[in-house]
Amino acid sequence: MIGLSPKLTQKLAWGFVWLAGIIAVLTLVFIIGYVLAKGLSAISPEFLFTEPKGGLSGEGGISSCIVATLWLIIITMAILIPLGIGAAIYLAEYAPDNKFTRLVRYSVELLAGVPSIVFGLFGFAIFVLALHFNYSILAGALTLVCLLLPFLMRSAEEAIRATPQSQREASLALGATKWQTVVHVIMPAAMPGIITGIILCVGGAVAESACLYVTMGGSAGMPSSFLSGGRTLAVHVFYLAMETNALDKALATGAVLIILILIINLSTKWLSQRFQAKMSGET
Amino acid sequence: MDPKIQTRALDFRYGKVQALKKVTLDIREHQITALIGPSGCGKSTFLRTLNRMNDIIPNTHLEGKVLLDGLNVYEPSVDVVEVRKRVGMVFQQPNPFPKTIFENVAFGPKMLGINHRLRLDEVVERSLRRAALWDEVKDDLGKSGLVLSGGQQQRLCIARVLAVEPEVILMDEPCSALDPLSTLKIEELMRELERSYTIIIVTHNMQQAARVSDWTGFFLLGELVEYNKTGELFSRPKDKRTEDYITGRFG
Amino acid sequence: MIPRESFDRYLHELQDEVLVLGSMVEKAIDRSMKALKERNLELASQVVADDAKINQKRLDIEERCIELIVAQQPVAGDLRIIIAVLNIIIDLERIADHAEGVAKIALMIGDEPPLKPLVDLPRMAEKARDMLRRSLDAFVSRDSEAAMKITAEDDEVDNLYDQVYRELLTFMLEDPRTITRATRLIWVAHNLERSADRVTNICERVVFTVTGKMEEIEASKY
Repeated sequence: MIGLSPKLTQKLAWGFVWLAGIIAVLTLVFIIGYVLAKGLSAISPEFLFTEPKGGLSGEGGISSCIVATLWLIIITMAILIPLGIGAAIYLAEYAPDNKFTRLVRYSVELLAGVPSIVFGLFGFAIFVLALHFNYSILAGALTLVCLLLPFLMRSAEEAIRATPQSQREASLALGATKWQTVVHVIMPAAMPGIITGIILCVGGAVAESACLYVTMGGSAGMPSSFLSGGRTLAVHVFYLAMETNALDKALATGAVLIILILIINLSTKWLSQRFQAKMSGET
Repeated sequence: MDPKIQTRALDFRYGKVQALKKVTLDIREHQITALIGPSGCGKSTFLRTLNRMNDIIPNTHLEGKVLLDGLNVYEPSVDVVEVRKRVGMVFQQPNPFPKTIFENVAFGPKMLGINHRLRLDEVVERSLRRAALWDEVKDDLGKSGLVLSGGQQQRLCIARVLAVEPEVILMDEPCSALDPLSTLKIEELMRELERSYTIIIVTHNMQQAARVSDWTGFFLLGELVEYNKTGELFSRPKDKRTEDYITGRFG
Repeated sequence: MIPRESFDRYLHELQDEVLVLGSMVEKAIDRSMKALKERNLELASQVVADDAKINQKRLDIEERCIELIVAQQPVAGDLRIIIAVLNIIIDLERIADHAEGVAKIALMIGDEPPLKPLVDLPRMAEKARDMLRRSLDAFVSRDSEAAMKITAEDDEVDNLYDQVYRELLTFMLEDPRTITRATRLIWVAHNLERSADRVTNICERVVFTVTGKMEEIEASKY
């Protein structure tokens, strides 16, 4: 800005930045705090272990939702992680630099911007109807895989590319094959970045409501297998908020959701740290 | 005795850029050969053709022969992994893996299929001893390689190479990131290793080349201008370009 | 900015210093012979005294060579120049010692009547001095051919030595009372002959500077 001394500009800039940070943190704290404060009181063992009644009453608990959510995360990640990491390895290490590769990358970027409901409709058409999976956790999981694949691929590819070329060269110069280099040198180094990507995807999966509504159905009962339909926690919140008056139960479900995400994040981070330590052999 | 490595009319291109022009050179076994020359003269490119490290760069083109004990390493039937086992490389920036010291040295043998714990212990100790690093790290094998000093890290990288039992060791400016004392330690190490290995070092430090090598090759613009015993090349160079370069009148 | 411009300048200055030392030595040869011919005892003492200056100059040049080796780490041609300088100044200092020897003999003779007019000895001195100057010129201009020619001229000096020796021998045989004076003159001739030999060494170093090889040039019959 003309006329302002560099020192003053810096002060203003720091002030602005600090303010932005405070606002961001406060917003987060407020939202989470509000949900937890209002919701925690409605949580009880009964709430956690009974199924929701379904329909318009809003009675019952959320046991089936918890189970459905967990099933969903497990199946989604079981498919997403190998697929996403494998594709990322291919793009980063093996794909030749030609038009086709560039086209693939560009398509992946495009897909990342497609709204999740569109994936939901796609999932409905293909997995629920065409493949006859019907409303099921499996259909939901496969849909989520399509939705989240671009994100995981992007994170994983970046993490892999970030490994210094010198590490690759050192490994190859010792007589390791390219694949050995990927497994023993590149992957360990890229792990933190990939784990972060996975955590974000888990978060994304848990947060989805619209596209799961059209692929998993809305059945409130306990799912018996991954071919059963079900309601995830997020979808249940949607139901409670839209169709019933049980706002307290909705907030309670929200609180459980937040706690679940927290548990997943923390344990993933913990696992990752242990893995890192083992890799670099710190005793 | 036949030379350990021979190149015959070696041409190398990065895309359209000619990096090496008809380089013909014999490297003698159990000697230290230094390659000197100004930046961009092709000496590092040449070094990397000897263990096929240039293969990983796309859009390059090589003509001519590189013979290791008489066999052309660029024959289609040759296994590049085998070549790189026999011809090891130490890089300019020390690049230990973010693993323990033990795992670093054991990496090569493990990739080659050696998994027996006792054998690995043996190989790791032997390699660290040969790299003059054992005494300094023998109680800390479980620590990360990254906690070592620069000079120690470079010796760790040397130990890592020695663990696969190469015949030739290529060194691409191995001391340029190190302090003078570490440099001298590594030069001393090179003289010891010379007895069992053939060493080729690229360096832009002429005093180092004069101190450490038995033979010296001077590269300029992709050509091998002069190649002779180090004492001769540095006191009585035959080519004026060599004289101008080593006396620093270049430019 | 030309790389090593200052080093080039130092090398030039070093060679200039060698030329200065050379001219000091030439002067010593000249004056010592003059003192002998003219029985100029004062001049002779001057030559003896000035030898200390020549020794000091040689040490100064050596010191400078060491500085340049330490600071500049010379190789190839540069190194050969400095090594040549180190060796040439040794020979120059020895030649000066020979000249001092002649002066000391002049002092010993004092004002004794001369045996004969001195003809060949001054000729030897002049020849040696001329060879010296030209050898240093050849060094500075790196002219190894000229250097080789100069070494051939050492024969002239050797022949003159033979002549003087025979002549003085005849004197001594004819009249034993001349022995003391004659032997002193033989010493003078010896000093001059050795001076010329030293110049041949300098010429060897000139060839070394150019080719890098040290070759012994057949110097003396003696």
